[in-house]
Amino acid sequence: MASTTIAEPRAYLQAQMRWRWGEIAFWLATLLPFIVTPDYLLLASQVAIAALFVLSLDLILGFAGIVSLGHAAYFGTGAYTAGLISKWGWGEPLTGLVTAALAAGLFGYVTSFIIARFRHLPLIMITLGIGLLLQESANSASWLTGGFDGLQGIHTWPILGRFRFDLYGYSAYGYALAALFVIFLGARRLIHSPFGLALRGIRDNGQRMRAIGAPTHSHIRTIYTIAAMIAGAAGAILAQTTETVSLEVLGFQRSADVLVMLILGGTGRLYGGLLGAVVYMVARDQFSGLNPQYWYFWIGLLLIAVVVVLPNGLLGGLSLLTWRAKAQS
Amino acid sequence: MAREGSIVSESALAARGVDKRFGSLVVAANVDLSLPPGARHALIGPNGAGKTTLINLMTGMLRPDAGQILLGGDDVTALAAEERVRRGLARTYQINSLFPHLTALESVTLAVCERRRVAQTWWRRLFAYREEIEEAQQILVALMLGAVCHRPARELAYGQQRLLEIALALASRPKVLLLDEPAAGVPRDESKELFAAIAGLSRDIAVLFIEHDMELVFRFASKVIVMVGGSILLEGTPAEIASDPQVRAVYLGKTQREYRHG
Repeated sequence: MASTTIAEPRAYLQAQMRWRWGEIAFWLATLLPFIVTPDYLLLASQVAIAALFVLSLDLILGFAGIVSLGHAAYFGTGAYTAGLISKWGWGEPLTGLVTAALAAGLFGYVTSFIIARFRHLPLIMITLGIGLLLQESANSASWLTGGFDGLQGIHTWPILGRFRFDLYGYSAYGYALAALFVIFLGARRLIHSPFGLALRGIRDNGQRMRAIGAPTHSHIRTIYTIAAMIAGAAGAILAQTTETVSLEVLGFQRSADVLVMLILGGTGRLYGGLLGAVVYMVARDQFSGLNPQYWYFWIGLLLIAVVVVLPNGLLGGLSLLTWRAKAQS
Repeated sequence: MAREGSIVSESALAARGVDKRFGSLVVAANVDLSLPPGARHALIGPNGAGKTTLINLMTGMLRPDAGQILLGGDDVTALAAEERVRRGLARTYQINSLFPHLTALESVTLAVCERRRVAQTWWRRLFAYREEIEEAQQILVALMLGAVCHRPARELAYGQQRLLEIALALASRPKVLLLDEPAAGVPRDESKELFAAIAGLSRDIAVLFIEHDMELVFRFASKVIVMVGGSILLEGTPAEIASDPQVRAVYLGKTQREYRHG
């Protein structure tokens, strides 16, 4: 079989990182809502924001094996930062986005010192704790955040001074999609870098990483900070496009939802999370239209079915199918 | 050989009066051990003698309650495990401890990147690191893993996984290599090949290996250290150890008879 034709190592590694047709098709398909479903552009922008949030969780969970039940803390930090900047009179979206990402990244960096020291169950408890802590803080600091009533008075200026945020969501989706694509390119570069390889090493065997001299804590702090920045960017885009921020952006529900989307789509593949976000958000939109109160019944069922039947998520199942098809032909 | 005469010279790795207890259980009691540069020493002893614990203590996976660990003459007792690796102290594990989903080449390239401190770089593609990849490939070829370098570690044959353990350790360019039962679970004919690969390592590397198979010990070790109940019972050449009545009483008796007859 392959053992007789061993590719030259660098060429082999290079081939691993090449853009595939499926990827190009995926990104072209993201443009379809503009033409095919222009009535759903606001939903599409929500999907893109969710996808960006899932992407950030995939970087820590799928690649470094850091389980989090409080990832909304960084999403919410970004959302409130962007919202507050706008409320205080600076509604320019791009600078707001960058500032919000930096603020979330700073919070991520500070908390990463605790995160790097734990794994597994303690880590779930700690991330859960961070999430609850931040939400209650935001709730009690109502003079700043608006508390339970949410942050009012956000006004986002047109993107690049030209594209106004409107009711139809053209600008909202274009903005969210552009941010998602640019950040995705960065994430894709990251996972194909030496650092990406080190993260996979940590996920596979953290103990052995120490035995090859790897500064695992420092690696974890770096990726956790990067992921917090991306989550913050997603939160900022939500605040800017909806021009409102409620406490829900920091909620446990949001942390749980993003985890469900990632597991649904498949961890450690970048595209898995994106696919999970699309399926989850569209399904929620459809199901909750039918009978809103039972929406989580179906999500529960879907989650169990996926984990039992497709342990590597939807994308894992898909790649298994294509692999089998290739093996047969 | 010259290295045998240089006992007075600085040792590559040394333990000085190392103590360690887990509760009331003494796992290392006043252990003194010295490994000269280029050594090929074996560490033997019955199960539970504290051999693996001693490796954990020397590599920094465990902290001693008392005593010092010296690496190339420097006191490294307070240093973290990964820092000791960077100073040239590498180890392998008795039970395979690999990166199951990484290919052999990826695993060793990762170890080389960590040694060269480029594993923090996230904005450059991996295949741009030509030297690192080539070095990893050379290590794999030298350990007869060149043909399977693109297979994930979990899919390798068991003996190949044992070799990959050593390849990972070598990627850190160690001055001292501690091998915890490198041939554990490997069939006898393959284990000879494996030890031949170890014997063929550069003489710049001091090697200490734990091994239960006395035939391999006597063939590949220039010196044997016997550990019992957390202490060093004695050390000497294979011939001295083989004829020592104390050693035969506590450990060798049966094994050596088997060795003579088999």
